[in-house]
This record gives sequence, structure tokens and C-alpha cells, in this order.
Amino acid sequence: MKVEPRLHFHNLLLKTPFHARTSAANLLNQWGNWSGYTTALAFGDEAMEFSAIRNAATLYDLCPMVKYRFTGPEAAACLDRLTLRAASKLSVGGVHYTAWCDDAGKLLDDGTLFRLGPEDFRLCCQERHLPWLLDSALGFDAHVREETEEVAALSLQGPCSASVLQAAGFDVSSLKPFRMATFPFGSGTLMISRTGFTGDLGYELWTTPDQALALWDHLMAAGRAWGIRPIGSNALNLARIEAGFVITNMDFIPADQAVREDRTRSPIEMALDWMIDWDKGHFNGRRALLAEQEGKTSRWAFVGLDVPGNVPATGAVIYAGKTREAGFVTAAEWLPTAKRNVALAHIERKYMKSDLWADIYALRELQYARLMLPVTVTERPFFNPARKRATPPGRF
Amino acid sequence: MPSLDCIVIGGGTNGLACAARLARKGRRVLVLEASGTPGGGAAGGEFAPGFRSPGLAHIVHMIDPRVADILALDRHGLRYHTTSLASSALAATGDHLRLDGAFGASLTGTIGAEDRAAWADLRARLMRFAAALAPFRGLTPPRLARASGNDWAQLARLGLGVRRMGKTDFREFLRMFLINVWDVLNDELSDERLKGLVAFDATLGSWLGPRSPNSLLLLLNRLSGEVAGQQGALALPKGGMPAVAAALASAAEAAGVRIRTSAAVARIDVVGDCVIGVTLANGEELRAPRVVSAISPKTTLLSLLGPRHLDTGAMMRIRHQKSRGGAAKLHLALSALPDFMGADPKTRLVIAPGADHVERAFNPVKYGEVPTAPVMEVVIPSAFEPGLAPDGLHVLSAVVQYAPHAPKAGEDAARAAMLEATLATLESHAPGIRKLIVGQEMLMPYDIERRYGMPGGNWHHGELSAEQMLFLRPAPGMAQYASPVPGLWLASAGTHPGGGISGASGWNAAGRILQEVRA
Repeated sequence: MKVEPRLHFHNLLLKTPFHARTSAANLLNQWGNWSGYTTALAFGDEAMEFSAIRNAATLYDLCPMVKYRFTGPEAAACLDRLTLRAASKLSVGGVHYTAWCDDAGKLLDDGTLFRLGPEDFRLCCQERHLPWLLDSALGFDAHVREETEEVAALSLQGPCSASVLQAAGFDVSSLKPFRMATFPFGSGTLMISRTGFTGDLGYELWTTPDQALALWDHLMAAGRAWGIRPIGSNALNLARIEAGFVITNMDFIPADQAVREDRTRSPIEMALDWMIDWDKGHFNGRRALLAEQEGKTSRWAFVGLDVPGNVPATGAVIYAGKTREAGFVTAAEWLPTAKRNVALAHIERKYMKSDLWADIYALRELQYARLMLPVTVTERPFFNPARKRATPPGRF
Repeated sequence: MPSLDCIVIGGGTNGLACAARLARKGRRVLVLEASGTPGGGAAGGEFAPGFRSPGLAHIVHMIDPRVADILALDRHGLRYHTTSLASSALAATGDHLRLDGAFGASLTGTIGAEDRAAWADLRARLMRFAAALAPFRGLTPPRLARASGNDWAQLARLGLGVRRMGKTDFREFLRMFLINVWDVLNDELSDERLKGLVAFDATLGSWLGPRSPNSLLLLLNRLSGEVAGQQGALALPKGGMPAVAAALASAAEAAGVRIRTSAAVARIDVVGDCVIGVTLANGEELRAPRVVSAISPKTTLLSLLGPRHLDTGAMMRIRHQKSRGGAAKLHLALSALPDFMGADPKTRLVIAPGADHVERAFNPVKYGEVPTAPVMEVVIPSAFEPGLAPDGLHVLSAVVQYAPHAPKAGEDAARAAMLEATLATLESHAPGIRKLIVGQEMLMPYDIERRYGMPGGNWHHGELSAEQMLFLRPAPGMAQYASPVPGLWLASAGTHPGGGISGASGWNAAGRILQEVRA
């Protein structure tokens, strides 16, 4: 919600347009800071929240996600130069997952790009980049502005999410993954995209802050029969690890924030090289990335690991042959749906063929129990159900 | 199969020097000059009926010896009136101080014995320091990045050269080389005329006042150049600077370079991240696997190449390259030789009555205003030879500092105010001169930008200052004459070592191109 700028010190964290509802539902009163906003880490039982993501329907407040709007005749050309993928090839009504780099070909952030019109794009991401984006638009007939506060967004995820939307009066049966549609809602409109961060069937709903509470109430009422519940960031984090997704500043450090020279990562090192459109013309970091690819100079590999047992390898250092440091874990969980103990890790490429070990420190009653466990590189995602892709979506 | 190996954009001294060096190594080179004559800042023109200016620059204070010797500019018609132009530090009282020889080797005039001794000592020290820096002018700037292919042996030799000046001198060198010239002058000298002249010389063509940090470095840079084998000397070419341009153009053509004038480049063409040539303003397409730009790096990268071929960071670094010009150029057509209170008209006449005075002339331009008492160097080429002016008449050429490049009052008002302030200053040093004026031209920095394509009107295609020198010139990551786009090279004064009608940047760039492209 808007705060009088002069009085910002009364509210070091902002409240989202959904705060009246999320605060009422937050039985644990557990809050975290997400991009300057107060957001729920968990409302009640985290296991139930996660279970609802995989078995029912869930609501998650997306408002703190940073949103930029690119408009103008050369908005697509500007985004082609800015990001790794070809924005100009994205059709109107389409969404794609993309990322962007600095001159050295090191990642600045990843995010989703929505093509709202021929000359109209929305870029959603984790970190703030307005100066970089404005600089990148110079010389293009394109206009960039931040619109984070102008959009209220909710993520409706879970196998029953399509049914909930149907019950709420929004027919999304023909909406394919990574497509969006607009519906009348209240005094305005609601844009629904078939996107999400859970690796499951799910939608993201976009409207204006004045409609936020009405939307929340409408969905909670329509979803009651499917056990809809709000979820916090902790349950979502577990779901995204199952889906094998990365989060900026949790799985890699943006190049413009990294203090230590060796902390930056290229998209090749973060296993995002599939995004790179080499043929679309020049884009930021292209020359550096081409040199990295041709010279095979990538130092790191970002991989999924299978870890034996059920102790999460959180923060573990990875060793090659138990002795040489080979990498580190950025996320690790025992996955309730996949029933696997996994980790996401950076491994130095030269050790990829070695026997890898995770040095795990598990805190048990004030004392660390140390485990040295053999780990193996495995495919991501760890959980990839067919219902995620089915159109029309399953009526659960 | 393109019939050209290389297109050079810009027929100024650096473009011609670069083209000539490439052609001497057998490359087929075409120089494209936007104006009607080659020469850039050395080109002159008629500013009043029958009166020709001696060029934007009017004195040679450094011609790269490699350019002069290897291209044999003397065989191509370069002659000097003098290669040891004296300077007169003018006093409004007529009590002038005359400096003969390179950088005032001897002083004539009323000046105390203490100051004479202090000057001899300071001058010798500065000349030694500058001499130690001179070899760096001919060098591709080293890179700081790891494994960047620096010529460590050469760098070690140069470093050793600096170190060999001895412990006392080396310590003094380290103390002084980033200091401001005002402090040095006030530490060591008391004569205001002398302090004013040196403060003026240090800041000439820059966007620094004498009290600005690092201003001594510009004096050392200036003194590190040479003319006809004489370090720190000033030379006046016969026919003015256009003669230097003509000699360079002739030498380049003799080496096999083709020069096309009135050929403005509209665009550098890139296909598949490689330069393939240029498109002229008239739509004509010219193809070559390499394009060397000897015009400003800012214009080259931002206008001719365009941001879509550059990374955002590189684009912003070149956008942020500082390029403010503080020097205006005055040309006067005179009905008779003016009398600067007995000062020898065959000297460089410097009106800079003190170091503080130079600083005060700098203060207003920081706020976009015109100084009431500008400082200047005046040359009267027609006192040396007829030709620039009709018989018996004279041409006065003056570099006047400081002029705002972005005046608050508007361009025309600022130009008029600058002209009035300059003429009033001239009148007080040469009473009656205003009555002799039959024609005049005042070029403000923005006029210079328009006529010569120098962003901000800065002579060096980007300010020459400590933070924009060596591996930071024109911008970090582009200091070795290569642009970020394969096939596009930079060779203007905006690259190391900077401007001054020396041709050094172009010559260095050609060396780098020949080294990188052995095809």
C-alpha cells in the first residue's frame, strides 16, 4: 500500500494490497522481508500448505515481485538486446522465462517476460534494475518504467486451480501453459496467465491494487470446496526446489551485487544456456558468452544432486574424493512429493567426473552432527507431472 | 572480395597518420573525410574576405617523431618559420617577460635572480619528468585485467626508465605527478607573469583550472611531446597548420592511401557481429573488413555504430566519457600589425597575468557563464609571412580560455559576451587594436563541435585528464584501440595518448591493427 514518502520511516517494510487478508490469515504471525514488503513465511502448518500446492489449490501473494513495463515501437528490439532470448519471437499473449547479463556475460537476474501487446511487455523479476534497464533502452524507441506498485498479483497454484477458476467464473479451459487471457472483473479487468513457480498446474492473476481484496475474497469463496488456502514463502520454496527452479540471490548472486570477483555466474554456468538465442543479433554479454562457449572456459556447473538418507544437505560443501573442495549447495530439501533427498549445487566443472561427497552439518539438539555422504548428479526437475502441461487442464 | 582492406573515417592528423602507416605495410586504405579538405583540427579556412585562419590549432607543440620521420613530412613540403617559437608573457604595463627556447630555456626581462634560479631548477625538473613519460606516448596502453597480453618486457623497460632518474628525482616525481600546477608554481616561483604563463600552458585545451587536481600532469604530457627533435618546443609551420595537414595528406597518398573528401559517413555497417564497411550520408555503401574511426569515439560508437551493437555497460562508459571544451578560438582580420606594447609580434603572445587570474577565468564556465577577463595565447602568422592576409594586412589567431560549452545565456549571447571580453582584454594589452579590426570570427566550444565534430568542443575528443588517460582512454575496456565490435578500431585523439596535432594516436592504432590482424 502507498506510504507517504515523507513518513517512510514509520514503515520500514511496506504492506501489499492483500495485507488486510494475509495478516488476518497469518495464525503464526511469521513474516519475512521480500523486496521491501512484509510477506508471510507461513500462515499455519507448513506441511499442510505444501500439501495443498500438490493436492488442492493455494493462494500466494506475488505483489513484491518487481515488475517493469517496456512499451514503444522498439520495445521488442530493446528486450532482444537486453535479454538472452528473442523477445521479438514471443507472440502477443505469450510468456517466456528469460534472463539477462552484464557486459561480461554474467547473470544479473532471471524473470518472466509477458507480451501484453505488439509494443507492450511486462518483465517480472526478483531484484531491482531500473537504472540498468533505462540505460539499456537508450537509443531505442522504447519506454521503460517500474510498475511494481501499480499491479496486484496473486499466484493460484495446485492441481485444482483450474477448477477453482472455473467456479470463480473464469473459463481457462483452453489456456495453454505460458499463455495469458483477460477477463472482466469488478470495475476493471483481470489478466490470468498460466504460469507459476511450483512446477505444477497453476495460474497467476494480475489486476490493480483497488481490486485486490475483492479478488482474494472471490477466489477464497470459489475455492472453498477444493480446500483452497493461502501459503507462505516457505512452502513455496519447497515446491520450487521440487520443480528445480532457481532464485536470484539464493542460487546465484547477481553480477551487479557481487562483491567477490568469483561469485558471478554466466548462464552457461547456471545451466541456463538453453535460453541463449545466438542468432537474433547482438545482446548484452553475447561476445563474452560466445568466447566462454567457444573457449570452453566455464568454471562452474549448476546441477541437481541426489543425497542419500533424509537429512537435507543445506549449505553443505561438496568435496571431490572427500578431500578437494569442489563446490557448494545453495538449496536442499527432502522432497515430500518426489520422496527424494536432493540438493541444488554449484560444482566446479573439472570435478564433475570425480566422486562427489557432501559434507553435511545437521544441527541436532544444539550440536552439529557431521555427515560425509556420497552424492550423485541427477536430472532436474525432480517433480514434473503431466497435469502441469495438459490442456484443457484436469478437473480435479 | 572487397577491394579495400581498411576504411579510415576522418581525415584529421590521426586518421592520416593511421592510414599512412597501414598503407606502408601494403594495406589498401581509403580515408573518408566529411569536410572539403583533410586535416581536421589542422585545417584552416577563410573567415573574412581575403583572410584565412591558420587552423583550429595554430602552433605545433608535438608532432610524433615517428610520424614526422617515417612519413618524411619535410619531403612532403612541411617547413617551419621556427621550431623554437619564443613566448612573451605579456604585462599590461609593457613590462613583458620573454621565454626563448624550449619551454623557456632562457628568460629575458625584468625578473629577480631568485626567480631565475628557481625557474631553471623547476623547468629542468619538469623536462626530466616529461622525458621519462615520453616513451609511454608511443605505447599501446597496458591492460589491468589478468592474461591480457601486455608487452611486459616493454613495460618493464619503460618502468625502469622512469626509475632510473634516481632516488631523489623519483621521489619528487611521485610527489608531483598528480599534483595541481597552481601549488607547484606557488611553492617555487614568485613572478606572476611566469606563473600565469605556465598555469595557462598546463590547462590549455582542457577542462581544468590550475588549481584542479592533476593539472600538472597535463603540463608534463605537453612537455613530453617534441617538435623536430626538440622536447617541449613550439613550432610555427609555414602556411600555418593547413600546411601540416597538406604534408600529412601528401605523405599518406604517396604511401598509397586514397583520400575522399566531402564523404561523410552516416553509419558503420555490421553483419553477424562483424564490421563490413560503412554507408555514406549520400547512401553509398563502401565495404572493407576493417573500419578505423579517427573521429571522436563518442560519435563513432553512439551515432555511427549505435547502441544495439554495444553492451549496455560499454555504451554507458562511452556516454560518460567527459568531453567538455573550455577553449574558444578567435580569428581577427586586422588592417595593420597591432602593437602589444613593444612585445615581439614574432613570438607567441600570452595574456595570463597570474596563476590566480587563470583560475578566476575558469570559475565562471563551471556555471555556464563567460569570464570577464579571459586568458589567451595569441599568434600573428602574418607577422612571419604574407599569404594568410592580403598584402600589408594581418591575421591574428588566439586561443581564448575559458569559454562555456553549454552557456546559460544561450549560444549567441555567450559568443557575443566572449568576443567582447576578449577584445577588451586585447585592447588593454594592445591599445588601439579594436580600431584595426576589419573582420572577425569567434568559435565557441559548441561552434567547434559543429564544425570539427569534436563532442563538447573538446580538442582531444574527450577530456585529457588523469582519469581519462592511458588504459582509461577513451573508456575502460576499450583502451587498446579495439572497439567492442570485431573489425572496428578507434584511432582518434580520444584514444591514448590524446590530441595535439601529433598523429600519435593514429600511428599507435595502426601498429595495434597490424599486430592483431596479420592477414
